[in-house]
Amino acid sequence: MGETHSLEDRFQAFVEAENKVEPKHWMPDGYRKTLVRQISQHAHSEIVGMLPEANWITRAPSLRAKLILLAKVQDEAGHGLYLYSAAETLGTSRDQMIDDLHSGKAKYSSIFNYPTLTWADMGAIGWLVDGAAIANQVMLCRTSYGPYSRAMVRICKEESFHQRQGFEIMMHLAKGTPEQKAMAQDALNRWWWPSIMMFGPSDDQSPNSAQSMKWRIKRKSNDELRQEFIDKTVPQAEFIGLTMPDPDLRWNEETRHYDFGTINWTEFFDVIAGNGPCNAERLAARQKAHDEGAWVRDAATAYAAKQASRVASRPTQTHAA
Amino acid sequence: MSTATHQWPLWEVFVRSKNGLAHKHAGSLHAPDAEMALKNARDVYTRRSEGISIWVVPSAAITASSPDEKDVLFTPSDDKVYRHPTFYDIPDEVGHM
Amino acid sequence: MKWDTCDPKTAYVLHLADDALILGQRLSAWCGHGPILEQDIALTNIALDLVGLARQYYGYAAELIGEGCTENDLAYFRDSRAFMNHLICEQPNGHWGDTLARQFYFDTFHFFQLEALAQSSDERLRHIAAKAIKETSYHAQYSAEWIIRLGDGTEESHAKIAQSLAHYAPFAHEFFVPAPVDQDAHKMGLGPDVSSLLPAWKEKVESILTLATLPAIDLGFAKKGGKDGVHSEHHGYILAEMQSLARAYPDATW
Repeated sequence: MGETHSLEDRFQAFVEAENKVEPKHWMPDGYRKTLVRQISQHAHSEIVGMLPEANWITRAPSLRAKLILLAKVQDEAGHGLYLYSAAETLGTSRDQMIDDLHSGKAKYSSIFNYPTLTWADMGAIGWLVDGAAIANQVMLCRTSYGPYSRAMVRICKEESFHQRQGFEIMMHLAKGTPEQKAMAQDALNRWWWPSIMMFGPSDDQSPNSAQSMKWRIKRKSNDELRQEFIDKTVPQAEFIGLTMPDPDLRWNEETRHYDFGTINWTEFFDVIAGNGPCNAERLAARQKAHDEGAWVRDAATAYAAKQASRVASRPTQTHAA
Repeated sequence: MSTATHQWPLWEVFVRSKNGLAHKHAGSLHAPDAEMALKNARDVYTRRSEGISIWVVPSAAITASSPDEKDVLFTPSDDKVYRHPTFYDIPDEVGHM
Repeated sequence: MKWDTCDPKTAYVLHLADDALILGQRLSAWCGHGPILEQDIALTNIALDLVGLARQYYGYAAELIGEGCTENDLAYFRDSRAFMNHLICEQPNGHWGDTLARQFYFDTFHFFQLEALAQSSDERLRHIAAKAIKETSYHAQYSAEWIIRLGDGTEESHAKIAQSLAHYAPFAHEFFVPAPVDQDAHKMGLGPDVSSLLPAWKEKVESILTLATLPAIDLGFAKKGGKDGVHSEHHGYILAEMQSLARAYPDATW
């Protein structure tokens, strides 16, 4: 490596050699900004994503189902926490990130702006939404930023039960009474398209994608991940006897992949812009929890300060006594 | 309502996964004080019985070494290859050593 | 219904189960809405423990009832009048202080109740209690930690938690007033004379309140009736929500 190479060049060589970047390493500003944006968006998605599922915890139809769903939504809180921590190593506080979420400056996965209307939606979310998320997360275990990669490894380990529990719910419904099967099909009809939109716009419409790949933040393009997910999921639907809501979906012998219909990107960008069915409700719920928790957080802070000063003054008191 | 809400400090969590092993960094969390940090660490980092002992340390109390941006970052320090067992060529016939 | 005429032992197990389920159900509604992620996770853990405990008790009650009865029959197909949980368990979540005051009273009682159940004449109850007491010690520590922080925190938190504690005191009183379901169980050696648990409970609660710089509480008159199946008006809504799906499709399995 010659002396004339810029720091950027050397950084590029460093990540291309599959080294992990750690918080104290030099990194380009753009790399740092991209990561903060991506990791915090990912964290927000976990936290906002708790809401549509938490909506059914109190109505879960069996005690076993209640426990599983509760544990799963709790895991999502944990995943949000791991991700916020990873983003914090880049010098942005969690408070700042949460403010950006509440102000609308930061985004989260727009799938969580759809309502959960029936119990089958718990199945569809676990199977499809978590399934799509896992495809992305498995790739991110190999991301170039160390703390992000480690958070992802932990998350992937814990997520493995999420998709299985979702599929199990769908399977029970699909093999249950006619009403249950109809419930499952209806949920699949509503969640399928938003799920495959989760991978983001097509590669040619995704301006940051190429740079992220170059920095080894991402390893696969949106379209690649989407195709993998579709190829894996279609046979699962067939296995439980449900029909994908896409008349153009068919196996292509030549490409060895499924061809699928046109994605309604207008809807996607509309929901991102805030015009989804539940955008306002989701943000309001987060804002409310944060605001109503303020006095609680302040109380604990005040107590900690008092305790610290009591400990600090203790030896003097001992001498005086 | 309080205005000047101050974020709870950050803590680093170290978990001993089983008897005889060293504590290993598991992650971090926000807590108002050490006692609460310890309780939360149990809830956050040992939900799947990952540990038998936990340490929490205020992140601010950790002093980290700083890689020199020009040299250290891009030259991984494995010049002391003699520290690694694979440096030594032992014939297969000798068996495991 | 096969559980309407159950014997005193089964009734007692159901009483224990109902407490765990109804309070677990209340706590589970916090999931996703806590004051900060770390605390959201912590409170959900307690909800998980309680619903898990309810399953063990319902499973046992279902075996005692026989005739193919299941834990879900007991949780989802009994009406409010058949539930024997303490009234405090069904009270609304309110704010964080309300929830933690309710939890603190309950956990402290629950701990001493389980200590007594560990000596039960019934082996299965002894077994369930031995496991639950470990979880409950943790819950009791956690809720006590919060009472201390809110009491000795800011002026605002001090006033709020003092009010929550005073509000729930008459409900806590119900723990110690024997109802037929307790008396029968005590006669059979299954569970304690609940009035005997009061001194230990009071001592523990007061020691925490002192640390929290809060005044001692007056239990006042007992708000009771839960153990006889005479509930507050909140109870019907809890069941309406919790049981709606299971009852809408009674022939379905999930």
